[in-house]
Amino acid sequence: MSDFRVLPRIDEDNEFFWTSGREGVLRFLGCDQCGYLIHPPAPVCPRCWSREVSPHPVSGRATLYSFTVNHQNWAPGAEEPYVIGMVVPVEQDDVRLTTNVIGIEPEAVSIGMELEVVFEDRDPVFLPLFRPVGER
Amino acid sequence: MSRAELLEHRAVISGIGQSAVGRRLNRSGIDLTVDSALEAIADAGLEVADIDGIATYPGAGGGPGGFAGPGTPEVQDAMRLRLNWHTGGIEGPAQMAAVINAAMAVATGLARHVLCYRTVTEASAQGGGGRGGIGAGVPQMGGTLQWSIPFKAYSAACWLAMNAQRHFHEFGTTREQLGAIPVNQRANAAINPKAVYRDPMSLEDYLAARIITTPFGLYDCDAPVDGSTAIIVSSADYAPDAPRPAARFEAVGTALRGRPSWDQFDDLTTMSARDAAASMWERTDLTPADVDIAELYDGFSFLTLCWLEALGFCGRGEGGPFVEGGRRIALDGDLPLNTHGGQLSAGRLHGFGHIHEAVLQLRGEAGARQVAGDPELAAVANGGGPIAGCMLLSRWR
Repeated sequence: MSDFRVLPRIDEDNEFFWTSGREGVLRFLGCDQCGYLIHPPAPVCPRCWSREVSPHPVSGRATLYSFTVNHQNWAPGAEEPYVIGMVVPVEQDDVRLTTNVIGIEPEAVSIGMELEVVFEDRDPVFLPLFRPVGER
Repeated sequence: MSRAELLEHRAVISGIGQSAVGRRLNRSGIDLTVDSALEAIADAGLEVADIDGIATYPGAGGGPGGFAGPGTPEVQDAMRLRLNWHTGGIEGPAQMAAVINAAMAVATGLARHVLCYRTVTEASAQGGGGRGGIGAGVPQMGGTLQWSIPFKAYSAACWLAMNAQRHFHEFGTTREQLGAIPVNQRANAAINPKAVYRDPMSLEDYLAARIITTPFGLYDCDAPVDGSTAIIVSSADYAPDAPRPAARFEAVGTALRGRPSWDQFDDLTTMSARDAAASMWERTDLTPADVDIAELYDGFSFLTLCWLEALGFCGRGEGGPFVEGGRRIALDGDLPLNTHGGQLSAGRLHGFGHIHEAVLQLRGEAGARQVAGDPELAAVANGGGPIAGCMLLSRWR
């Protein structure tokens, strides 16, 4: 277990997202009619207006769109520095996740890196973090 | 659209006021608000009984300690105002939404003289500790913040640092260029008696300061203060009777055309400043070349850089070279910028400080920091991320 985090509050709309990592799979809410990924989750597809939406598994591969190396102590229990990243899943280029980039020295992080999801177990929450592809 | 039909031309800023501003005043928000309100009402040549409207941002409740300030019911009751119109809220084109709403109320005849205010006591709320993170100490986070806080992105500094990093990546912007903004503003603050940070600061000082979250260092972040700023928005037909020159609304910018989100907005390098600025220029024949001074929001230095680009003072991505070296944005430069020192050095009066300064400059009342050459047109912008509003103010004639 790494350092302290404020965890998301689980509700019926977000439960699939925050618990999906228990199975090692990243899921976004997606439109069952046209396949569009809707994030953050909302009960209507903004592309075809379908209300038929459900969690859609994705590969967990993503590209680093931007990042920051945080040095400031904003809250008790955090261990600085750490990397906050914004990643774009390979499945759809207009969805982003704010996350942490791990498994790499902060100074080696660069925009455009290929990343893969790795879940941090905060049972029942499984936080989707990202590491360079192929890291173990 | 005929210019005569613009709602903006039916309202003016007839008065301005500001309380004491300081790092630790240890006075209540209502105390400071009454100071700024009474000063603004007198400045407009009015009596308290003339005020028939009130507007604020964000209204009572919400946000970290000292952020919200008193709501309109508290101010109305403290001053025993008899109102025809009242509003407060955080949703809208940034802090200046209160002023734009007031102009609309005046233009439609719902009110004649509206007291607009923004009050913060963030410095006292912070006490002796450091600047706390949003959500720090809460057990769980719901709502939109669930998408950032669990990843220890505890501050707008962390969110906007990623916008800045993307700008650096796409356009080659550097810390040396960005630093021209805080260095310029410290020089302006040095001759503003109400600024909280007035000691000289060089680019070397800026670069040597500790890193907060890359690429932001300490001096890229604004300084929490206590203080209240009040703006009186009046019907334009009052302008000839106002004791001080009124400021005219040439155009306001209110658009939000991308997603209303810090991390999902389509272009991280422009944010919603792009939309607000575009909508403002769509409402006027004036152009960026007509602007004499710019008072552009600087919760972080990078936001000011984005506003310079969004408003068309330079091309997209050209903000770094535009400000580099600081000559162009100095008090005697082509585009004097954040002439009071902005939130970085004068203090985080949250958008209203910029409006107040624009009116002072247009009147020629800015003292030692008065821009020479009788500035007639000011660009004012508020907000960052998915929150943006802007306006062009001119001196009434």
